[in-house]
Amino acid sequence: MFWHILSQPELWAATLAMATPLALPALGGTFSERSGVTNIAMEGIMLIGAFFGVYFAYLTNNAWLGLVGALVAGALISLIFAWITVSIGANQVVVGMGINIFAAGLTTFMLNTIFGYGGTPPSIPHLPNLNIPGLSRIPFVGPALGQQNVVVYIMLLLVLAGHYFLFHTNLGLRLRAVGENPQAADTAGLNVWNLRYLGVIIGGILSSLGGVYLSLGLLNSFEPNMSSGRGYIALAAMIFGKWTPLGSLGAALLFGFATALSIYLKGTPHVSTNIVQMLPYALTILALTGLVGRSTMPAADGTPYDPRK
Amino acid sequence: MRKYVRGVLTPLVSVIVALLIGTVVMLATGHNPFQAYGALLSGAFGSTYALSNTIAGAIPLILSGLGVAIGFKAGLFNIGAEGQYWIGSMVAVWVGYSVTGLPPLLHITLAIALAMLAGGLWAGVIPGLAKALVGAHEVITTMMMSYIAIFLTQFMVENGPMMEKGFTPQSPLIRSSVMIPKIIPRTQLSWGLLIAVAAAFVVYWLLFKTTVGFRLRAVGLNVRAAKYAGINVPLYTVLALFFSGLLAGLAGAVQMLGVQQRLYDSFNSGYGFTAIVVALLANNNPFGVILSAIFFSALATGGQSMQLVSGVPAQLTDVVSGIIIFLIAAKKLMQIVQTKIAQTKWSKHQNLGSEKGAQ
Repeated sequence: MFWHILSQPELWAATLAMATPLALPALGGTFSERSGVTNIAMEGIMLIGAFFGVYFAYLTNNAWLGLVGALVAGALISLIFAWITVSIGANQVVVGMGINIFAAGLTTFMLNTIFGYGGTPPSIPHLPNLNIPGLSRIPFVGPALGQQNVVVYIMLLLVLAGHYFLFHTNLGLRLRAVGENPQAADTAGLNVWNLRYLGVIIGGILSSLGGVYLSLGLLNSFEPNMSSGRGYIALAAMIFGKWTPLGSLGAALLFGFATALSIYLKGTPHVSTNIVQMLPYALTILALTGLVGRSTMPAADGTPYDPRK
Repeated sequence: MRKYVRGVLTPLVSVIVALLIGTVVMLATGHNPFQAYGALLSGAFGSTYALSNTIAGAIPLILSGLGVAIGFKAGLFNIGAEGQYWIGSMVAVWVGYSVTGLPPLLHITLAIALAMLAGGLWAGVIPGLAKALVGAHEVITTMMMSYIAIFLTQFMVENGPMMEKGFTPQSPLIRSSVMIPKIIPRTQLSWGLLIAVAAAFVVYWLLFKTTVGFRLRAVGLNVRAAKYAGINVPLYTVLALFFSGLLAGLAGAVQMLGVQQRLYDSFNSGYGFTAIVVALLANNNPFGVILSAIFFSALATGGQSMQLVSGVPAQLTDVVSGIIIFLIAAKKLMQIVQTKIAQTKWSKHQNLGSEKGAQ
């Protein structure tokens, strides 16, 4: 029976679709944490992206403009996050929590104020699904790879670009340097604060894109708290992926598979979906404790940099 | 004296500024802030019914807030109080319906004690040992354990061993011998209040009047210094998380035995996360936690009537809570502002010795 389920192409299509809203914020978190700023705010920033995507798509009647608006909103909220954590040097986890509570409140407040209590109107345009002829004709993997929402392909490109940027460009090296040893980076003439702002804001834009995928890609509406914990699973994916873009994608695919499988198994007797849903979190703890390939965070992650010290 | 004024000033200013920003938001969205805040106040404190529900809502927040505060005092960020709350709830309900023939006092004590132990172990064993032995960050491990706890609870009542016969995903009702009696009938206010207030005294005593508490705080202030002073840092790390989970587990038990009386299939209570805000606003002071929990409970209960009466969506209170967190977290900013004011007023020297606590 198990092999029968695994041989369904729809399962693999769903895996990729479910991995996307995890991979984008996980990539975003990677950028932020590589620059030395612990980021648990992905959950809240996803909500900001999801809401403002729908809102701007509604205002302009264009899903792409909605996407742009959402990314700007994501950048702005991360600018606030960066200002409080980098410039003022506040506790990054506390502020991240604050962003999550603030964003959940703000988006639902705006939803109710602007659209009333009935939710967003059904006429909101959504981002298209693509049908890539070459890919979709391949047997078995075709439907999984060839017929996905456009954001899925953008995500795959961004992961590759992110990997190249972080590990093969000068700027990427500098970004990682301020996350490992800001004192040395400062001495070498790098601007620690600017690079951390860059990491946090790129992180926010990517997380926001994850939210847009939920609201304008999978659905064409916004619902309160629609990120439903994905920002936290993304955090797990980032750690399980050892703070690298490719690793994060791999972990997101694994967790996406767990999600897709739990949807498939719903209603199947003797298999509990709740237990399957625990897997990402359990695996992350194992990875952190070194039982499944030790994952170590950037050395200066979480420590505000004060040049006077 | 100056220290106490400063301790109260930052939270107070944060709350006032956040409520003012809330006012601006209401004006911008075309609402009447006086009517809205009036409705919020009367919805939270305006009648015996409202007041008792506000205080009832504060009980789990006081208990889990105390737990988070103990963690902060030891320099540990227990972000997983939500999960420890559920583990405590689960154990309390299980003892509550499966154990029979005990007199009430004994039954309640047994349910609460086991729930506390379970919550404590949930935080102490895996996150505690992982931090103490391999340095795994407790923010991540407690958060992950929190989700595992939530799914475990769902499993128990959805199709697991705790599901009641039938099709509703819920546990059986706990026995009447284990229910904590109500202070005021037909409200949610139970004698759990006494437990919560007593817990604040116990936590204060533990932290400030015992050697264990002194060592916990020493680890929180400076790990390296604590180590050189001969304190067993790994042991106190595990202990701090254990105590923290113990209180969150107690919060779950008191809520189950006093209010909910069975386990439902609900994704999260929100208490565990609000507990963090409660501890932050209270600056981790056990008695401050009581006030701060009542404040956030009032926002929650009053927010509902604010929405009904003035049409301002209740989620505005979450926006206000978020802003309060920003302002408290950015206390350096507040200190700069306060120092500027102080300098112009009293000129002369300023003692900037700030408590470390939750920074």
